[in-house]
Parts: sequence; C-alpha cells; structure tokens
Amino acid sequence: MREVAIVGAGMTPFGELWESSLRDLFVDAALAALRDAGADRLDGIYVGNMSGGQFVGQEHVGPLMADHLGMRGVPSTRVESACASGGAALRAAFFEVASGASDLVLASGVEKMNDGADVTAVLASAADQEGEVYHGVTFPGLYALIARAHMATHGTTLEDLAAVSVKNHAHGALNPKAQFRQKVTVEQVMGSSMVADPLRLLHCSPVSDGAAAVLLCPLSRAREFTERPVKIRASGMATSAMALADRKDPAWLDAVNLAATRAYEMARLGPQDIHVAEVHDCFAIAELCVLEALCFTERGRAGEATRAGVTSLGGRIPINTSGGLKSKGHPVGATGIAQAIEIVEQLRGEAGERQVKGAAVGLTQNMGGSGASSVVHILERV
Amino acid sequence: MPSPRYWREIPARFRLEAGRCPSCGKVVYPTRTLCPDCRTEGLEPVTLSRRGRVVTSTVIHVAPTEFQMEAPYAMALIETPEGARLMVQVADCDPGEIGPGTEVALEFRRIRREGHGGILCYGHKAVPVRPGTA
Repeated sequence: MREVAIVGAGMTPFGELWESSLRDLFVDAALAALRDAGADRLDGIYVGNMSGGQFVGQEHVGPLMADHLGMRGVPSTRVESACASGGAALRAAFFEVASGASDLVLASGVEKMNDGADVTAVLASAADQEGEVYHGVTFPGLYALIARAHMATHGTTLEDLAAVSVKNHAHGALNPKAQFRQKVTVEQVMGSSMVADPLRLLHCSPVSDGAAAVLLCPLSRAREFTERPVKIRASGMATSAMALADRKDPAWLDAVNLAATRAYEMARLGPQDIHVAEVHDCFAIAELCVLEALCFTERGRAGEATRAGVTSLGGRIPINTSGGLKSKGHPVGATGIAQAIEIVEQLRGEAGERQVKGAAVGLTQNMGGSGASSVVHILERV
Repeated sequence: MPSPRYWREIPARFRLEAGRCPSCGKVVYPTRTLCPDCRTEGLEPVTLSRRGRVVTSTVIHVAPTEFQMEAPYAMALIETPEGARLMVQVADCDPGEIGPGTEVALEFRRIRREGHGGILCYGHKAVPVRPGTA
C-alpha cells in the first residue's frame, strides 16, 4: 500500500444554517478543501451522509454532489454508517489512494438536519428498529441505558458526566466554526431539562447542519499541493452487536476498542503516543466510554480523569479541542470528517487558541448508532 | 408499520419465541439463522419465561411522537432466566424506582397505536414484581 496524506481541508460553520441546502453545504466545504490544496481536478469523491433520504428526501447524493461541484463524470459514492458515515468515507478514500487506484480523492461528509424532519425519529433509525425503537426507546435513551450501566458498574457520577460537557463547551468557545461558542457551568448542565435520565439537554449534542471535506493524495505527491501535509498513519474500523441487548457489557464499547486496536497496530503506535484526539461525544457518557475503549484511561476511570483536567486543553491528552460534537455541533454525516480537520489543524499548528503545543500525532474516533460501528484514524505531522 | 412486517414479527413479539444454539447454548431473542457467538446454524426454538431482571434502565422524558402521551416512562434492558436480553418499557410503576436488579414480570400489552389508519401494535411490557406478589 502507498502512504497517503491529507493535503487540503475545508468545512462550513456548524449550526442552524437555514439559508443553505444539503448541496450548498457540500459545495462550500468541498470547494474550500480544493482551494486549500490548489487542486482543480479529482479522481474520486466519497460523501459521508447518514440520511439525506429521511432528512430532506434526497438519496443518490454521490452524483448530485459531483454535479454541483462541477465534477460531472467523476466517480462519487455516498457512504453510510449512521453517525460514523464521515469516518467511513475517509476510510474508503484512504484505501482508494493507498491501493494505487486513484491519486486525488475527496473524502467528505454532509448533513442537513434542520429542514423540518422529525429528527428524533430519523436518528432512531440508526438503532435496531425491531428490537429497540418499536418499544419506545430513543437515541438519547440508549445512551442513558449505557450511562446507568456505567454508573452502576464503575461508580461514575452525575458530576463526571457534567464535567465532559463543561470541558467541551470551554474548548468550543475558542472555535469560530462551533455551533455553541459559550462556556457552561456544572450547575447549568445539571439543571438543564431532563431528556432521558440521567442525560440532560446539556449532556446531548445538538441538531446541526454542516459539511466538511478533506483532499487525499499519495504522500509522494503531497508537496505539489501543500507545505504542510498530514499523513494518515492508520485506519481501523470495527462493528459490534447492533442492539444493546446483544452486548455482554452495555457500558463497554467493544467496536471502539477493536477499531482502535487495529489502528494502533497498523500505525505501530499505542495510546501513550497520541498527543491530541477528537472523539465521538454525541452524549457525555459516550466520551467517557470511548476514552476507556481507546485505552486513554483505565476502564471505569474516565470520569475521574475528566474531572482532574487530564483531557482538557493543557492536560496530558486534550480531547475534543474543537468543542466536540457537544459544542461544535453534530451534522451526523459530516462529523467524522470535521474531526479529521481539527486534528489536521492541530498537526499543522493552525489551531490558534486551541493549539496543543508540539502536537505531532493525533487520533480521531467516529461512532455509529449506540456504538455498533466505529472508525478510528491516526494522523501524523510530516 | 406495514402489516407484513408486523405479521412477520408476531412469533417473537406475541409468544416470546427465541432461539437456543445447539452448539454453545447461547439464547438469542428473536431467533436468527446463525448463532452470533459461534455461527452454528439451526437454532432450537425456546420460549422465554415471562419474567426477568433489569440489567440497566432509563426514564424517557423526551419521547418519540407515538409515545408522547406516556412520558415520562421507564425503559429497561432485562434478562430472562434463559439468559436472553430484551428491551422493554416498564409499566405500572414509579419510573424512578426501576434500576439494576429490579425483578419484573412480562405482560402482553398494547405497545402503541399508529395514527392515520395505522394498526394497533402489541407486544410485551415489564411490570415490577413486588414482594409477596410473585
């Protein structure tokens, strides 16, 4: 396999973008990525998109996006793995370039959630329809079941959950692309309205519109496009049981652990080698479970580590310097690519007030559903 | 919900029919073609007991449209004596009292009513077993 680099990145702000359609969002992000690299042609496009069909009634988004980007004729495929669609699109683009089949491939993600759809019902379609949704459980409900299991097994507290939201909002306040650029306090989090006990509104990522895109090429050609390429050291993906009922320990995300193990092996690196990471904090409990599955903390200790500042800017391993899904926003199909863009900015030294000093190796972890799919990438400054 | 889909799911929903792997003994609900643990084919039918124990639970405050009239309500992952796990609503209780270890009985109930001429959807809900009533 060839070595692969990210040579261009672009994204829209995340938020309620009423004046932009699904295609507008994609074109904004994709053009920004092409201009960042000074590229004007593509060999392939992957579009991460969870549910254009349900959110705006639009399927077949691959050719639609190629057309509107002025790239008719270019192969373009929509990739779906629920909220991990963006990560899965990046992985598909990575292997297409690594294989030698293509040189210039755009990995993108887009979601238009604020256009009148029943968002709760659409997101719930990433859970098991027959065994879970039929009975009235919601998506926050599934993570609430995970949270209660984590609290019962490991003694995780409501303060631990609140600490995740407080940290991510503090980071997001520094990110001009974030949907919610304000800090929140533990009291605000713990006093916000209940969604699914113990998860409150401020433990939950918002409903967002947005798009993100990165341009990939062989590392050997990277200097044609940028002075600061970022190498993709590894891509790992794994699946787990779709329904929470079919997992031995509901508080353990085995797809995340398996994807990470594969990525660490491919990169010949371990969790101790990672300087900064973007992880899938769709709900506060998800970040805690993911930190444990990525082996950044011992099992059951992520809450304590978060409260101790280990995962804050300036801590041992800053997590979600972008603000995470919680504060930056979570246009589901775009999230996996936006995570990669934050790490690219960190490794290029372009993260401004959010910069992690000396960051040379970063990790992204994107997750679908209640953890049935997960994609992990490891990126490195070259 | 389209009626063929509803009809296909009746054996599991109405009669709690599950499958037991003849090779490793794993019990899966509903049954499948392959055992998810060892990939053995030909799972043997087993009917689940109408009781179980809560593994983990939540109280849904922001509910899906069809369940809005019922909120807040408890949802639980329960394990039956056969080792099968299923997701159910817990009814006839103070939702705040449900937690890991709560003993429940499974009762045949209406799960939801679909609007616009849709069908009535039945299945099982859990109710707590109170001491002296088991």
